[in-house]
Amino acid sequence: MERLRAGDDAAYAELLRSYGGRLLATARRILANDEDAQDAVQDAFLSAFRAIDRFDGKSKLYTWLHRIATNAALMKLRSKKRSPERPIEELLPTYLEDGHQTRSSQDWRETADVAVERQETREMVRRLIDQLPENYRTVLVLRDIEELGTEEAAQLLGVNAGVVKTRLHRARQALRTLLDPHFRGDHA
Amino acid sequence: MTCREFIDFLMQYLGGELTEAERAQFDAHLAECPSCVSYMRTYEATIKLGKGAFCHPDEPVPSDVPKQLVEAILSARGKRV
Repeated sequence: MERLRAGDDAAYAELLRSYGGRLLATARRILANDEDAQDAVQDAFLSAFRAIDRFDGKSKLYTWLHRIATNAALMKLRSKKRSPERPIEELLPTYLEDGHQTRSSQDWRETADVAVERQETREMVRRLIDQLPENYRTVLVLRDIEELGTEEAAQLLGVNAGVVKTRLHRARQALRTLLDPHFRGDHA
Repeated sequence: MTCREFIDFLMQYLGGELTEAERAQFDAHLAECPSCVSYMRTYEATIKLGKGAFCHPDEPVPSDVPKQLVEAILSARGKRV
């Protein structure tokens, strides 16, 4: 930290090499685009360098940088023109008038622990996550993948904790709907 | 309790955010509704698959940032200082 505060070039290069890869992975997950992710990471490091004197050491350096990079990626995401999205309602469960599910749910033919071992399954899940409407995909990535807390995700997104909880539950339900045809017991 | 109520509050149920009385209602519904048991299992599997899709040990974890990005950042830093 002393070397960073003193403006030591080698220390900055070391910081980039130590944490850059992981932060780039985080930005890629949020932005789903490598070029945008690199831009966000560049913005994040430049912000961090400017603010290095304000890093108080209460959190770990990686945690501090992760938050800055997440924020930079979210800002980049907001600046982008959105493409047309499928309404989340189309991916939520449907019910009969009496409140029963319209179509009974079934167990999947294999457990997540087994399925996730296959690379093609992991690629498919990533593609399906990318199909979620952006507001929902972002919350799913922040909460379930980056493992941020509800309050922290809410602060970064500029919404209240209740909105994060609602979006997370809907995002999980929607992803479940997209995964279901691939894993249902009656799938050929 | 209906399936709709069960599924609407499933996240709170799994997160242990319900009162004991509410939890008892959910448990009673699960005891008589195989469809909601399956929904809950597949909802939990969805969370695991989402995490695993990115964080599985076999997924390449970038150990370093591309060289040209390091250079671009250091160069931009130099210009701003």
